[in-house]
Amino acid sequence: MMSYITKSPWIIHYDASSCNGCDIEVLACLTPLYDVERFGIINTGNPKHADILLITGSVNEQNKEVVQNIYSQMAEPKIVVAIGICASSGGIFRECYNVMGGVDKVIPVDVYVPGCAARPESIIDGVVKGLAILAERQSALKAGKSMARDVRQTAKAENIDESEVGLQ
Amino acid sequence: MNLTWIVLFLILAPFVGGLICGLDRIVTARMQRRVGPPILQPFFDIIKLFQKERLRINGIQGFCVLSYLVLILVTGAIFFSGGDLLLVVFALMLAHVFLVLAGETANSSYSHIGAQRELLQVMSVEPMLILYAVAFYIVSGSFTVATIIEHGILGISYIWLLPGVFLGIAYIFTIKLRKSPFDLSTSHHGHQELVKGITTEMSGPTLGMYEIAHLYEVIIILGMIGIFFAGNPLLGLCVLVLLYFLEVFVDCSTARVKWQLMVQSSWLVIGLIAFVNILALSVFG
Repeated sequence: MMSYITKSPWIIHYDASSCNGCDIEVLACLTPLYDVERFGIINTGNPKHADILLITGSVNEQNKEVVQNIYSQMAEPKIVVAIGICASSGGIFRECYNVMGGVDKVIPVDVYVPGCAARPESIIDGVVKGLAILAERQSALKAGKSMARDVRQTAKAENIDESEVGLQ
Repeated sequence: MNLTWIVLFLILAPFVGGLICGLDRIVTARMQRRVGPPILQPFFDIIKLFQKERLRINGIQGFCVLSYLVLILVTGAIFFSGGDLLLVVFALMLAHVFLVLAGETANSSYSHIGAQRELLQVMSVEPMLILYAVAFYIVSGSFTVATIIEHGILGISYIWLLPGVFLGIAYIFTIKLRKSPFDLSTSHHGHQELVKGITTEMSGPTLGMYEIAHLYEVIIILGMIGIFFAGNPLLGLCVLVLLYFLEVFVDCSTARVKWQLMVQSSWLVIGLIAFVNILALSVFG
């Protein structure tokens, strides 16, 4: 049986601490010029309906619980796409006293979209790359394997490595 | 004969309803100068929802949504097998009571707001539905859908006798389709004050059941409007297409109103147009 999740990926967009540059580009994807509804993508604004979490901006001490809360409210299978350099690594804000760094310090990230601000084309490209992971997780879920959990643990392990290496 | 219609309704309604909703989304997109999703998109969405993980927020919400779906099926079965119109109206209301309960069971203020607004929507719609049944009784002498259709085929032109009732039903059609400006209980677009209103706490298969119930409900309301044209099905089909197109147009060109305006305006339309129509019938008819 084919996976319909790739034909109807619903997104939720969260602004962690973005300058709004990437947010505007995310919303640009929904405009008539890019029209991601062609691919069945809907901006739900509700974690319980969403399959893909788009996060812009770096995570700070105040909203890390919000990010974790949104992520934990989403039903499996789900993926996280970090949009822009701040969400990927903290960007120019990474040295700030209250900034934790990229989104992957708090929740596992599946796709990193580079750019400052990320272009709508690359955001769409990132989401489409994520669809393959989503489909994989769907079949893992169906097979009763805890593959998603494994992937998440691996990502977590990688984060620990990163901080040990001294990126923070 | 009756059983055939029930089976046909139960099997065909979600497919026809899904195609209508798919077309709806394409036409909406074209009005906004977008390309829009494929026509089968509503089916993709529903199948996906059933493939997702089941998150149970409590023990009762899933039961309430299932009851909503089952009662919508019962409503449609009564209507399309030619049953009693009053029974159709009351079963439809009971279905929505279960939907409101489903919203109220969740521990979320957005869900509660949605549930309360759903009650307001029921309040705006219900007088019209009862007047609708009464109007058909006055004209045809029966509450039974089968008899009403028979009389229509034999020559009673309901649309000529009941234009006010038709306009009243057309007005509440927006509320039933959950379209702007009366999409108070749940919104189709994210990032709003409502989040997703009554469906906020539904996810995966539960939301899938809700979506299927909505497809059935669209077909029931279209059927209820359709019997105005029992003697002339072709004209009926044209009017339904035109009416739905108008609904999409209104949806694209208006913003959500406050609940006061929804209740007041729908009661005004019901009182001034539909009720006066019935009054005139009983005086002159």
